[in-house]
Order: sequence, then C-alpha cells, then structure tokens
Amino acid sequence: MIQLTINNKKISAEPGTTILEAAKQNGINIPSLCYLEGVHKFGSCRICSVEVENARTLQVACMAEVREGMVVHTNSKKVLKTRKVLYELMLSDHSKNCLSCVRNQSCELQQLGEILCITENRFNTGSAREQIDISPSITRDLSKCIFCRRCITACKEIQGIGILDAQYRGFDSVIAPPMDHSINDAKCSFCGQCTVVCPVGALSETDHIKKVWNAINDPEIRVVMQPAPAIRVALGEMFGYPVGTSVTGKMAAAIRALGVDDVFDTDWAADLTIMEEGTEFLHRAIDVLSGKDAVLPIITSCSPGWIKYVESYFPQLIPHLSTCKSPHMMLGALSKTYHAEKIGVDPRKIFTVSIMPCTAKKFECSREEMINRGVPNVDAVLTTRELGQMIKQAGIDFPNLEDEDFDDPMGQSTGAADIFGVTGGVMEAAIRTVYAIITGRDLPFEQLHVTPIVGLDQIKEATLKFENVVPEYKMFEGFEAKVAVTSGLAGAKILMDQIVYGKSPYHFIEVMGCPSGCICGGGQPRSHDPDVRIKRLKAIYGEDEGKKLRQSHHNPSIAAIYKDYLGKPGGHLSHELLHTHYFDRSKENEK
Amino acid sequence: MNQSKQMLHKLPDDHEYKLEQIASIIDKYEAKANNLIMILHAAQGIYGYLPYPVQKFIADKMNIAVAEVSGVVTFYSFFSTKPKGKHTILVCMGTACYVRGGKKLVEGLQKQLNVNVSDTTEDGKFTLSVARCIGACGLAPALMVDDTVFKSVNPNRLESVLSKY
Repeated sequence: MIQLTINNKKISAEPGTTILEAAKQNGINIPSLCYLEGVHKFGSCRICSVEVENARTLQVACMAEVREGMVVHTNSKKVLKTRKVLYELMLSDHSKNCLSCVRNQSCELQQLGEILCITENRFNTGSAREQIDISPSITRDLSKCIFCRRCITACKEIQGIGILDAQYRGFDSVIAPPMDHSINDAKCSFCGQCTVVCPVGALSETDHIKKVWNAINDPEIRVVMQPAPAIRVALGEMFGYPVGTSVTGKMAAAIRALGVDDVFDTDWAADLTIMEEGTEFLHRAIDVLSGKDAVLPIITSCSPGWIKYVESYFPQLIPHLSTCKSPHMMLGALSKTYHAEKIGVDPRKIFTVSIMPCTAKKFECSREEMINRGVPNVDAVLTTRELGQMIKQAGIDFPNLEDEDFDDPMGQSTGAADIFGVTGGVMEAAIRTVYAIITGRDLPFEQLHVTPIVGLDQIKEATLKFENVVPEYKMFEGFEAKVAVTSGLAGAKILMDQIVYGKSPYHFIEVMGCPSGCICGGGQPRSHDPDVRIKRLKAIYGEDEGKKLRQSHHNPSIAAIYKDYLGKPGGHLSHELLHTHYFDRSKENEK
Repeated sequence: MNQSKQMLHKLPDDHEYKLEQIASIIDKYEAKANNLIMILHAAQGIYGYLPYPVQKFIADKMNIAVAEVSGVVTFYSFFSTKPKGKHTILVCMGTACYVRGGKKLVEGLQKQLNVNVSDTTEDGKFTLSVARCIGACGLAPALMVDDTVFKSVNPNRLESVLSKY
C-alpha cells in the first residue's frame, strides 16, 4: 500500500490508484467532468486539477497515480481559482439555453457549475457553432459540445467503429464524423452509446415524444404501446429507485395512465420470436445435417444497431442473419393485422409505440420494408429516458402507482422473453425451446440457465449435445451445437471476421449491438453507478426466475395466435408479417 | 454540415493509379497508425491533395477510422483537402504589407478570381492563399505568384499581374 496525504488526512491506497479514486475511497470528492468510471479516462477537461506539493504544475487527479509520501491539496486557493477559470472558459462558447435544453436538470455541466459556486459569466463570447445535425436516431447539437471526448471513447474504443473524432483545430474544432459530414453520411450504427455518455445536451435521441402525445390526444386514434424487456429494470432509475430495481407492474400502470388504449408487452413478441427464430435455426440445421446447402452460423437479428452495422460493414454476411424482424416490429405488425381484425378497427387508425432501451430502433421503425399492407409496423419509438420524461410531464406519481398487468392478447410472457434484454438471453431462450423440441425434455440445467453464456464477458461460447432425441428429429442424435454470444460491436467484429476467414466454429451466434446487451442500450437512463451492468443483469434474471412459465413454447397466448391466426412458425403468414430482408449499405451515402 | 466542395470535384483520371502508389507507401510504413502523418505527407505528394475518398482509402488500408484520419488532415494546415491550382498566389499579410494595403489586395483578388482565401478558381488556374510575412517588408505591399515576388502592388495592378499567367 502507498501512504499519502490528501487535505492533511493520512491515507493509504493500492499502487496504480489515481488521486481521484484514492480521495473518493476516503470520503473526499474532487469535482470532475470528463472522467467516467470504467468508460472514459482521458484528462481532457482538467476540472479535477489538484495541487501536489513539489510538483511543478497542477496535476490532473483522474490521471495522476498516487505516489509514496505524496501531499495533495484538493481545495487550495490556486486549485479553486484554476477550476473556476477552466469552467468559465468551457462556458464561454457554450450555448446558454439551459432552460430549454433536453438535459435541463440532468446536465453534468450544470451540476458542476453549482458545485464550483459559479455565479458569473466573465468570458461570454456566444456560441461558436450553431449547428444541429438530425438523423432518424441521434440528434447532435454542436452548440452544447464541451469537447470531453467521451463520445469518441464510446464509439471508437468501446464499439470499435470510430464515427466521431475531433475535426479541424482551434475555434473551428468540432467533434464530428470525418470532414464534419452529417452523421447520416457516416455509416453510424445508431447504437446511441454516445448519447448515454454525453454529459450535456450535445448528443441525444431524436425526439418522438411530440408525435406520441399527438396520437394519444387524438380521439380518432387507438394507441398501442409496448415496452421492451430491458425497460422494466431501468425505468425506476428515472424516479429515484436504486439501480437494478424491477418496476414492471408500475410501468404497465404508468403507460395506461398516459392514456394508451392497449398496453401490450414486447416480452410477448420475444416469445414469438423464439418460435420463429428457433424454427429457422432448426430448418437450416436439418438442411446442413442432411447434406443440403444452408447458411450457418445463423445470427440473431433483434438488435437494429447490430443489423445496420452488418449491412454497412459486413454486407457479404447478410445471408447469415435470421430473417426474423425484431420483437417489437412483430408486435407492431400484429397490432395492425391480428389485433385490428379482432377489435374491428381500421389499421390506419392504430398508432403503435415501442418503448425501447435503444436509439437504433428509431431508425429501424423508419425502414421502408417495415411496412405491411400499407401501414408501418411501428409508428414511434420512445427510449426509456423519453418514457420517463413523458410520465413526469403527465404528472403521474410513479412510486405510488399500484402494479397493473399488460393487456390481452399480447401481454402474457414467459421468463425466456425477459432475458432478451441481456447479453446471452436470446440464445438461452432459444436453447430452452430448441432443446425441448428436439429431445422432448426440458433443458437439464439448474434453473434452465446456460451458465457459460451468462455474464458480461465480451465473447462467450457454449456447446450443447443432443442425445435421446425424439424420432422426428433423429438427425440431431449426437449432434453438438456450438453457440457464441457477444455484445458490443467490437466483439461482433471479431466473430464476423472469423466467418469471413472461414474460421467460425459456430452454428448459432447471438449479437447485441450494445455492450452487456439492451440493459445498457443507447436509450437507457444515464447511470454513473459503476456496477450498473451487473445490477440490471441480476434484475433481468430475477424477472425470469419469478415467472411461472420459463420457456417460450409454453406461452399459451403464443400457442393461441398460431392456432387462431398465424398457422405454424415459419408459415406463410409469419413470412409476410414477422420476417424481413436486409440491404447492402456498404456503399450507401458514400461521400 | 460542411458539405465540402471537393465532393463535387471530379476525381482525377489517374485516381486508381495514384491510390496504388499510396498503397505501396502504406505498405512501406507497415500500415502502422504511428506513421499516419508520414503516410499523409507522402500521399499528398502523390495525389496533390487529400480529398475524402483518398482519406477513406488510407483509413481502410490502415484499418483505422476515417474520422481519425480526417481529424489529422484537418488539424494541420499543411494538409489540403482541396485541389491546388496551377499557380498559387500568396498575398503577404505581415504587419508592413497589412498597413500598406495587403488586405485590399486580398479583397481585390477574391473579387477578380471569384474565390475565397485558400480556394481554387473554377478553371483550376489559381489558388489564393495568404501568408503572415514573406520577408519582403521593404517591398510592401507584396505578393508572390509561385516563386515570383511582385512588389508595391496596388489593387489596380492586379489585373496585369494575373495576365502574365
């Protein structure tokens, strides 16, 4: 242990600890801005500057590591003055429209101003860049950018893409796609990880709140809303609940209280996806096992950021993608066909809204092929953050809501659907059902969990052997299915490169575009809890284990829709409504 | 957005051939990201300037993000993303030339050539640039066309200077 002194307090810290971390461990908070634990450690804003005795200059606490005998002052006159000037300079060309900013009251720059006791604005030069760039998913407001570079880290280091970087120099500097192009022209996956880490209002989701209110307030329109699996374990954070709290019942009640007519659940459609995708896998595997041509590994298609990434960077692998639409699109399509017919409402008078932990879903619902019988499957996509804002705007007392259920016929779900929200979950849900179909028995694992693919590692793999299979699937006897799971596009690239070079040993791959999966998607509440990933993961598995039914093929309302409407998984109507196709976007918008 | 003008420019006829030359430079530097600036220098020498398609070619070949390459290209004033004209006009804006009317020369040239500073005329003949001091204060206001210095220029003389080219 290293002994040092911070503010006259003798403390000890592990070697390699930064001054900022050592101070925090001992109850001393050093103001910081660009630093984001576990994500971004760059020292670009210098706000956490501290005085170290005998050092020539002030040291940046988030970067400088503790040394034996170090004497640190975090609140000396020099430090306070420096921090104030740094902050004032940052503010000098920052847009001052705080009261009408999307991040009002949740802005880290605003919060820092309060901590630093800023009461004047000496260097007001006006905003350097009045520039707004709108894409279907992400909106950039460059007048608010403070050059912390967190978005660059999220895009380049974490996702491995690098759409954003610093362009030009001096007052012309801008954090932007190459040559300051629009994000629409930059092969962005729209994963939205940049919007999660942005401390200010420079990067945010493109607003869908207004059109949702318009639909709710139109008496002619029947509004259908559906929340994704990952929403229920994160929405509570918007209302002060600890990270990892499940608020499923209150969420359903709040959506109903907004004035929504049908409160369905994307979980239901996740069960449906397993039936369709599981069937697709079985068909391809049977073809391969009986010596016919079929494309394996099959890769999951629930994550639209991942889909756009494949279309942009690995178009040659499009045949590997499952043709299943993502679950909310399936539910949207069925709301305007199956449900519309059932209740006798014109599909053009139905407005479907998906609550998603995702910004890429906003782009997805605008894709031209996501239209059936002349109406779009999904009309609007709200992020978890946007739903939280709407609930606040509507004056709904969220913590005091009584738990409510989802509506029939698309509200009932199994535990297999809940885990769609976390990395490894889609694969586990598929394995539970595929194993049962092939062998006629439940998956012989404790709690039905496929332990090797549970957790937050970048790439996980498992092998599943089929023995004593039912006669119909005798070709699977002794077959060992190899599966792989990854979350985050950097991991996806590794697995895709394997396929390109013919070295992929897998039959089935699950990819989620965001690290840890939807629980930490680009539309989720911004959390500074370093354990956010594991806490939300536990909450998702808690939802799963709390359900009576844990396997998609046991869902009675799924059985009912096949009996009443769809026929069989992979059948004609399924193909029309629940499956899709993809485009080579590698040359799209190429400048 | 900055819809850079060079996107509208036609790429040179020997575009592919020049890219091949750039590729061999990248191979020589083993495509190491640390060598990016040297590679860009050489690429500009081969291609004349570094438009977006060239930046993208370099980024793909080096397996780094285009945004990173363009970040470097746009940071250093040595690199140009626009094609240079046949002749470069350099107007001195050092103190002596400035007080003797250097600014008027820039304005006059902008008008006559119909370009902004650091842009190139439509016919590709002239690129207009400014310099802080060309070390010819006694000749103020001065300008250079390529390697030739013109002394005591006034806006009325610009036409005769340009007519020499």
